[in-house]
Amino acid sequence: MSENAEHTSHSQGFYIAIGIGLLVGTATTVGAAFVNLGPFNPIIALLIATIKATLVVLFFMHVKGASEKLTGAVVVSGFFFLAILLTLSLADYLTRSWR
Amino acid sequence: MHDSQTTTVEHEAHNPALLHHFADAQQQKNAASLGMWLFLVTEIMFFGGMFCAYLVYRLAHFNAFAAGSQQLSIWMGATNTAVLIVSSVTVVLAVKAAEAGKRKLLVGYLVVTVLLGMTFLTVKGFEYREKFEKHHVPGPTFKFTDTFDDNGKQIPVNPKEAQLFFSLYFVMTGMHALHMIIGCGLFSVLAVLAWKGHYTPGYFTPIENAGLYWHLVDIIWIYLFPLLYLISRHS
Repeated sequence: MSENAEHTSHSQGFYIAIGIGLLVGTATTVGAAFVNLGPFNPIIALLIATIKATLVVLFFMHVKGASEKLTGAVVVSGFFFLAILLTLSLADYLTRSWR
Repeated sequence: MHDSQTTTVEHEAHNPALLHHFADAQQQKNAASLGMWLFLVTEIMFFGGMFCAYLVYRLAHFNAFAAGSQQLSIWMGATNTAVLIVSSVTVVLAVKAAEAGKRKLLVGYLVVTVLLGMTFLTVKGFEYREKFEKHHVPGPTFKFTDTFDDNGKQIPVNPKEAQLFFSLYFVMTGMHALHMIIGCGLFSVLAVLAWKGHYTPGYFTPIENAGLYWHLVDIIWIYLFPLLYLISRHS
């Protein structure tokens, strides 16, 4: 236990670097919204959002390097159930016109 | 296993915040963190339901949702995204200051976080005011006229379908704003307690867990912003 006690904290510079990365991501996604990429507009916007969310979960919420594996399992299960909610609902609504 | 009586005495001497039913401070911290994450999972599912409703209705009424989305101010949304990201950085630095036992720095970061949260809510307030002025608030006064695409071609929009977009806009951003208000209250209380010296390098779990909540609210906005403001600019 004791060797895990001071595990999660990174340096101040590291957190600021992640913050700058998130701001760059925001600027990129706003810039991309003004370019007409057809069906790729939503894909790129949601891809950037997912990268940003992953950075926040891993480094700001300290899931990467958490001492308790159970916490990691709970986090993954949360997103897993969200994925079930979205995929099954959209699998229904997206295919209703296929007759 | 240790003899229970000796461990209790030992821990009382070491860390007054350690409750008697935990073996050590690390176990107590892990339990609190696990409980917080279970709560956050329920929050993910709560907002997930609204995201799912938004996606389903966006598929069903694509033109109206695109026209509605184009009425939102991309710059106010982007500003608020940046404000929230900076506030997430100040939260994580607050946790770090608590870990290092720097009391004044901790209070400073908590106060800056509350101020950034209020900045977000102020910008949101201006956005809501604009919606009232343009009669884009769902209800008897709701009005929505046809819009024009990039080539000046008229796109007919059913106002009832546009009203659905704005209903989802207000419910999703409204629930998010409510979470922001709760977060601001939470951090205000923590700032006062931190000022009084409640948190030590051996015990700052409330700061960490409030931080987890704040980051989740940030993540929800990270998805709300592209879904509501960005993905329907070209359609």
